[in-house]
Amino acid sequence: MSTVVSEPHVGDALSVVQAGRRRRRRRWALVTGILALTVVAAFAVSLMFGQTFYTPAEVWGVLTGHRVSGASFTVGELRLPRAVTALLTGLCFGMGGVVFQSMLRNALASPDVIGINTGASAAAVFGIVVLGLGETEVSVMAMAAALAVALSIYLLAYRKGGSGPRLILIGIGVAAMCQAVVSYVISRAAEWDLPAAMRWITGNLNDATWDRALPVAGAVIVLGPLLLSLAGRLEILRMGDETAAAVGLPVERSRLLLIVAAVGLLAFGTAAAGPIAFVSFLAGPIAVRLLGPVGSPILPAGLVGALLVLVADFCAQYAFGTRLPVGVITGVLGAPYLVYLLVRSSRSGGTTL
Amino acid sequence: MLWVALFVLALAVVAVLSVTFGARDVAPADIWAGLTGSTDTTSAAAVSKRVPRTILAMLVGAALAVAGAVLQGATRNPLADPQILGINGGAALAIVTGIAFFGLNSASGYIWVGMIGAAGAALFVYAVGSLGRGGPTPLRLALAGAVSAVAFSSLLSAILLPRINVMSVFRFWQVGGVGGATPETILQVLPFLLVGLVVCLASASSLNTLALGDELAAGLGARVRTARVTASAGAVILCGAATAVAGPIGFVGLVVPHICRLLVGVDHRWLLPVSAAGGAILLTVSDIVGRIIARPEEIEVGIVTALIGAPFFIALVRRQRMRAV
Amino acid sequence: MTVDRSLHAQGVTLGYGDRTIVDSLDLQIPPGRITAIVGANACGKSTLLKAMARLLPPSAGEVLLDGKAIHRMPTKQVARVLGLLPQSPIAPDGIAVSDLVSRGRHPHQGALSRWTRADDEAVARALEATDVTHLADRPVDELSGGQRQRVWIAMALAQETDVLLLDEPTTFLDISHQVDVLDLLADLNRERGTTVAMVLHDLNLAARYADHLVAMAQGQIVAAGDPGEVLTEDTVRRVFGLDSRVVPDPLTGSPLVIPIGRHHTLIEPEQKDAAAAAEVEAGAQVG
Repeated sequence: MSTVVSEPHVGDALSVVQAGRRRRRRRWALVTGILALTVVAAFAVSLMFGQTFYTPAEVWGVLTGHRVSGASFTVGELRLPRAVTALLTGLCFGMGGVVFQSMLRNALASPDVIGINTGASAAAVFGIVVLGLGETEVSVMAMAAALAVALSIYLLAYRKGGSGPRLILIGIGVAAMCQAVVSYVISRAAEWDLPAAMRWITGNLNDATWDRALPVAGAVIVLGPLLLSLAGRLEILRMGDETAAAVGLPVERSRLLLIVAAVGLLAFGTAAAGPIAFVSFLAGPIAVRLLGPVGSPILPAGLVGALLVLVADFCAQYAFGTRLPVGVITGVLGAPYLVYLLVRSSRSGGTTL
Repeated sequence: MLWVALFVLALAVVAVLSVTFGARDVAPADIWAGLTGSTDTTSAAAVSKRVPRTILAMLVGAALAVAGAVLQGATRNPLADPQILGINGGAALAIVTGIAFFGLNSASGYIWVGMIGAAGAALFVYAVGSLGRGGPTPLRLALAGAVSAVAFSSLLSAILLPRINVMSVFRFWQVGGVGGATPETILQVLPFLLVGLVVCLASASSLNTLALGDELAAGLGARVRTARVTASAGAVILCGAATAVAGPIGFVGLVVPHICRLLVGVDHRWLLPVSAAGGAILLTVSDIVGRIIARPEEIEVGIVTALIGAPFFIALVRRQRMRAV
Repeated sequence: MTVDRSLHAQGVTLGYGDRTIVDSLDLQIPPGRITAIVGANACGKSTLLKAMARLLPPSAGEVLLDGKAIHRMPTKQVARVLGLLPQSPIAPDGIAVSDLVSRGRHPHQGALSRWTRADDEAVARALEATDVTHLADRPVDELSGGQRQRVWIAMALAQETDVLLLDEPTTFLDISHQVDVLDLLADLNRERGTTVAMVLHDLNLAARYADHLVAMAQGQIVAAGDPGEVLTEDTVRRVFGLDSRVVPDPLTGSPLVIPIGRHHTLIEPEQKDAAAAAEVEAGAQVG
């Protein structure tokens, strides 16, 4: 029992509680701060380095709107939109992914697995190849499809007093259907449509333009804070639906809000860069491991996602001789991560988040 | 017994239909001409191409259905299916690796490599699905399979993207179809399918025992690990070979065993043969549908099974008591 | 310290999908007392408790809290007055005890979730009352079953409700922890006046700790009232289908149910005399 000799007063308990809370807050701020700084650093690196190196001064010049010969084009028109898109889509995938993994209490239940990203891809591929739509229309289609898929999975799963496992499995089924649509459309695509269509298969930041960055920026600005404001509710939902209801959380409404916000972010992210594989899957667990159980992992996961995409895209462009799509690099990371999970599986629970 | 007879009859009917119907209409005279090997008219040629196609559809359908039934029995998971468990994805990855790095180009080469890929994927997915307390529940296996499938397909894209020529062949194979069937391919895949089938059928009674749960089965004297490994090996041979020859076709292994279980019960000694017949019928019918529905174009059988099978899977999940999963 | 609340199920019909589990049932939870609900598996006791905790909407009838229908009130409002400890609560991985207990303050926090000193004090009081202060920074998943249950009760306490409902709070605990938890609930009731209603599976502990005992069978209340009056051999037979002997507990005086099975039953009085006589004879022979 207690090792303290004197009887503990409420005063002691109060200071213990306050000290604990302060400690947790400090750790959260520290980890999130370091992540943010790392993201900024990665962003800077992706602007400075490449086929040509530009000094920080030159990059800063471009950023502040000056004309710097050489740099204005390369940094301003090529690298900057690409880096911004990478950062924003990483934020979207990281934040959206961790919401699903937390709600479903399973690290394997990420949106790229349960059909949401595949739904967006299917709609987009259909739009490009069959309907011949332009950029913006395709993005809107993708977003609508992602929302439709998410909501129909949710409705299918939760109708009979539902459950997380059911949602996951239904999502896998829906993903299979969407994947079939994608395969079919791709196999019928004319050669000239293939590059655009392929982007929707693997996630690609090549030809990132400001046009593509703008919608996702809007999404992050609007839905990001919304999702962060729901972070407390998500933490309570992790105790299970019954306990959450017992402390006064309107469970259904909270879940719905969280899903809409998360899917919105995911859909816009997918619209901007295609379904970059495994960012949603990896960002959450990495963030949770770095953070520990000290608070909401949503923002840290977003930052990890941004970091993953920035680094992966940098490698995709320069590390392999040819320019690979970023989705291939992140996808390849998935398999070793699973192996890593296997290796440390002898420890705790394993797959819960 | 009755069901077996009915299935065989249905099989015969379906075979006839498959030869008769398709992307183009043919006259009865041409059918006979085509069947007897003459290819004088285009119609007769079309028919004579349909024969191997029908045979392949039946073989692949039977193989996938039996593999699915065995996987469901061996893992006690009603949602097991070679596609969902990522096994087909692993086979595909192995084959593409073989083509890209080892210059693989013979059908029997594909088949061997496909089986190795299928086996590797099965082990990997099972291991990942066993993480955490409680072992490999159906949910965890399905998730592990889905995640592994994404991983495999990314690796696959990584290999394919710099190799455009392989890519353009691959995107047709990936859809999963029996359109390219020739008598030669059938002869090459047949021995593998037969071996796999024999292994699976021989495991039927041990699958019955496994269904009682590992502890009970061991108490009844079954060698649990050996039985599971042998049965799975049979399933993997079937999956690998079928995928190598027809591309990844999903949901046959899921849907057919469930329907057959409703008809003939859970005794694997009946379930497996009936599933074989059922799978043959389903795949052939899917192929026919694919040929008719979008005339004169064809929709590959892999698409049709996904579009039929996925809603079935979803309905199944909704009906399942989630605690069991 | 707490306010007396009336919690009352009026003609409630409850079920899942097409299955009706409870049909037109009335139940009063006496304020300021400890109520225990007992019954065989699947008799509907957990279902009833869930309905009274606002987790399950009744398909007919109403659950009234101070005369107002509980399912029409906002969840947060109810949660300030009524707390529930469900049967299998899930603790997020690695969460510290004081962090988990703090979650109980949710209904008292406004839309902006601002944390105040009053919240900290409530958490501290809850930790003290359940004697888990020394565990405050430990991860919940490292604790023993009994300690964990006390932490969950602390969370419910931090909610500072007038009514506390518990669904099988002792089911997976060993005997010392069961008594520990029940003693804690009794303390709460005596010192703060908290109304406690719990589903228990152990008849004897229920009879000992409850002021008001409710026995259910097949979705109906078989008997309700003072444990001494409710827990009779007849009730046990009607609720559990079990023959028993009910005697006064030698320690507390509450009814003690002794089940009668097919073996190890009392030997008849004549046999007992014969055995005693044989023993005396044997002793005489030796001596």
